[in-house]
Amino acid sequence: MSVTLLAPLTVRAESEPSCYSRLVNHWVCPSYWQDRASDLRSATVQHLEITVIAVALGLVVAVPLALLARRIGWLRQGVLGLTTALYTVPSLALLPLLVPFTGLTMTTVVIGLAVYALTILVRAVVDGLDSVPPDVKDAAVGLGYGPLRRLVRVELPLAVPVILAGLRVATVSTVALTTVGSLVAYGGLGNLIADGVRTDFRAELLTAAVLCVLLAVVLDALLVLGGRLVTGWRRA
Amino acid sequence: MRLFGDTWRYLTAGGHWTGDGGLLDLLGQQLLLTLTALVLALVIGLPLALWLGHLGRGGWLAMNISGIGRAVPVFALLALLVTAAWPGVRTAGPYGRAGLATLIALALFALPPIITNAYVAVQEVPGHVKQAAVGMGMTGRQRFWRVELPLALPLVLSGVRLALVQVWATATIAALVAGPGLGRVITDGFARTQYGEGLAGAVVVALVAVVLEVAAAGLVRLSVRVPRLTSSA
Repeated sequence: MSVTLLAPLTVRAESEPSCYSRLVNHWVCPSYWQDRASDLRSATVQHLEITVIAVALGLVVAVPLALLARRIGWLRQGVLGLTTALYTVPSLALLPLLVPFTGLTMTTVVIGLAVYALTILVRAVVDGLDSVPPDVKDAAVGLGYGPLRRLVRVELPLAVPVILAGLRVATVSTVALTTVGSLVAYGGLGNLIADGVRTDFRAELLTAAVLCVLLAVVLDALLVLGGRLVTGWRRA
Repeated sequence: MRLFGDTWRYLTAGGHWTGDGGLLDLLGQQLLLTLTALVLALVIGLPLALWLGHLGRGGWLAMNISGIGRAVPVFALLALLVTAAWPGVRTAGPYGRAGLATLIALALFALPPIITNAYVAVQEVPGHVKQAAVGMGMTGRQRFWRVELPLALPLVLSGVRLALVQVWATATIAALVAGPGLGRVITDGFARTQYGEGLAGAVVVALVAVVLEVAAAGLVRLSVRVPRLTSSA
């Protein structure tokens, strides 16, 4: 059955796509998904790449910054105030600041987004470490834990739930913000959205938008799952 | 630092501020967009959230709406609205090209912080205070207006403040679909590889964001003073 039916269909699809052309502009268009599968795949991969590197970079910088902020009183207010102020700067505004230094590259987008993720993550790490009960810290001292071992073995693991909550917020917003990177042609799915607006291509636009939301949902779910694995002691 | 020199020159040249499509023109446009979108979101979101908080129901909405708001890119939503048959790139009054689409997108993005904060604020009025109000013979309506709302006000207003600054900053994205506002200075700067100009637009947006934040904080402090005095008396 499939052989006889598919043959004429593919011929027609090659000569003229059924739901996207200069005259037909459907929002949902399966033949677009087939024809441009490789475009969609590479845009999604780029989107994922930018998001993951940016959030990871943000976290790597956030942890020492948060530790410092907790040590030094005036730095704490300064860091938290600065990160809040930074968040009011629009995402679009960071790009012209970075481009003269890093050019129209993926690095520009990654650095800009990492700064945004950082503003959320520093606060989350500080809050997380604050949430560790003092008697637990005392117990660790009593067991002979030095400062570093106490931090790594006791305080950071106990701070994971709060840090993870911040990591989820940072990741989901970074996925959405990545689209703005289309201004320097590195916006992952945002490139397809920009192209969709430029060429009035509805199928491309809707597909990219939906993929973007899906990506955020999947990454969020993965973080929740990862958090369950890491904090196995919470169920015990 | 040629970049910062360019930025400074752009900002200090009077010609860039005045005239049709000048910085002041775009600034006014974006301010108008921001405030209109905020008012729209307040009219829709505030009564709903306060009412749900009073009833103690619909917590899933208040909790999940901010997650949804974060996951949907403004750019994508704006692009969909602009490309759709309605609202498309229609201008709405003084809001410029694609003004209606921008207004809708911004109002939707102002909703999550408003709804979440208002709901949580009313919901978290201490139980014993609510019980005392019941014990005094207050009806549900009296309880809401005289007890819950005054106590919830600071948190409700901080949600509004958050929404205001977020909407202002987000409004720049409208330029990505050739819409209104100061974002156009940034995208134009990119289009002509004049990054100093782009940065100038960004500086203006950031400065106004700070001004809005400070002004809103001042207003909140003024309006919250009244219930605090009555509650301590």
